[in-house]
Amino acid sequence: MMSLRRPTQDHPLTRLALAAIAIGFISVFLVLPLATVFSQALSAGFGAAMRSFDDPEARAAIRLTLLTAAIAVPLNTIFGIAASWAIAKFDFRGKGLLTTLIDVPFSVSPVVSGLIYVLIFGLQGWLGPMLREWDVKVIFALPGIVLATIFVTFPFVARELIPLMTDQGREEEEAAASLGASGLQTFLRVTLPNIKWGLLYGVLLCNARAMGEFGAVSVVSGHIRGLTNTLPLHVEVLYNDYQYVAAFAVASLLALLAILTLVVKSLLEWRYADEIAAVHRH
Amino acid sequence: MSLVVDSVTKSFGAFEALKGVSFTAPQGAFVALLGPSGSGKTTLLRILGGLEFPDDGSVIFADLNWLHVPARSRRAGFVFQNYALFRHMTVAQNIAFGLAVKPRSVRPARSAIAQKVEELLALVQLEGLGKRYPSQLSGGQRQRVALARALAIEPRMLLLDEPFGALDAKVRKELRAWLRALHERMGITTVFVTHDQDEAFAMADLVAIMSAGRIEQYGTADEVRKSPKSPFVAAFLDREAHHAPQPAR
Repeated sequence: MMSLRRPTQDHPLTRLALAAIAIGFISVFLVLPLATVFSQALSAGFGAAMRSFDDPEARAAIRLTLLTAAIAVPLNTIFGIAASWAIAKFDFRGKGLLTTLIDVPFSVSPVVSGLIYVLIFGLQGWLGPMLREWDVKVIFALPGIVLATIFVTFPFVARELIPLMTDQGREEEEAAASLGASGLQTFLRVTLPNIKWGLLYGVLLCNARAMGEFGAVSVVSGHIRGLTNTLPLHVEVLYNDYQYVAAFAVASLLALLAILTLVVKSLLEWRYADEIAAVHRH
Repeated sequence: MSLVVDSVTKSFGAFEALKGVSFTAPQGAFVALLGPSGSGKTTLLRILGGLEFPDDGSVIFADLNWLHVPARSRRAGFVFQNYALFRHMTVAQNIAFGLAVKPRSVRPARSAIAQKVEELLALVQLEGLGKRYPSQLSGGQRQRVALARALAIEPRMLLLDEPFGALDAKVRKELRAWLRALHERMGITTVFVTHDQDEAFAMADLVAIMSAGRIEQYGTADEVRKSPKSPFVAAFLDREAHHAPQPAR
């Protein structure tokens, strides 16, 4: 018996093979390493893994990471909304340039991103002597870490919102204005509700990256234990000290943060599927 | 409250959308801007609504320098081609929007707004659909929500951009008669844009035929149809008539 297939439907074996390749690839390159991290962390038992977090240096690293994200993420959220609003809803000279500039952190190596700040704010940098006179420390201190993190994570919110806002167009804003709404009312009642899911997704990704960034932060941090080590840097320090259980335990914490981000995102998408579909152009 | 548009010009970069457009319409008139796409009719409508500003020329409405009145203060009810309903709001919230954003001192009470919404839903024959979202409505229903939303602010002028463009022929015919009747009841000066001459002649008192940024002919529906002034108008009306599956009316 010949089975009938739609022209766009591939042979069952083809579909199976494609699925197998995708799942196999993900298992080898994503799931397996992640599983290794957790199994290494728990190799000496759950208690031993938890004790890694009693270490004051680990606590300092957690605090620093949270503080950095707490500063960088809100700033990039505001910047991201402003940039996408401008790009999606207005025509102006240099729009193409701005769009390209937003992508720079994606294409530049994180190490270079860090070095930029060393060159500007470091002791030998352009502003170094002035900063030393005023006794302001940027490099090897919190400000440098925050600056590097902002630089690396600034495309996330904007990249998420620009296509969404461009797709939505400006008609609803025009309708709001013609109905008597002020600029602020239009933003709060029309624009923001329309982008809230994209915005949330962008903020989650931005946060995940802000907490996980290694390269750029490594360059500006100076690796002062208990003072300028963020979580990813702390993992490296522990690993280089042969403290494998502790290193993998802290790494697990970072991995859990990332997984949690994705779970929250998926849950929201599932819970509000209708509403998300509704705010895209129908 | 007559409308006087005088020598309005507007360019987008090198493209001249309007090359000096003038016309006048008495209070309560129903004016159709009829023409092929790219003739500047939507640009003219957007200028009347305050969504676009002319490079030169003047617009006087209700003895006001209309161009100096910001869009949000014009109370010009604008119905967009794709309706531009607020997709995250229910039908009732959409209709109430223009009232809800008023400054506190002049904003009606919550109950008054709710009552007004019910009245408008009845007016556009959508009773009971207030809790739906725009995505759950048909094209014809969305179009009527857009109209109710524009009417909620008690507009001084009603501006309709291809109001029936996205609807099928049957719904289009029904809405035509309904909108004309509504206009007669409310007497709001109305300007609507269309490329469909059946629609223009069936509904409007005054018809402006536009081409390449100019008004080719302006007059009552009968005048324009019976005595085209220029070869373009004659050709446009003739061509369109041949395309139409049924004769006008």
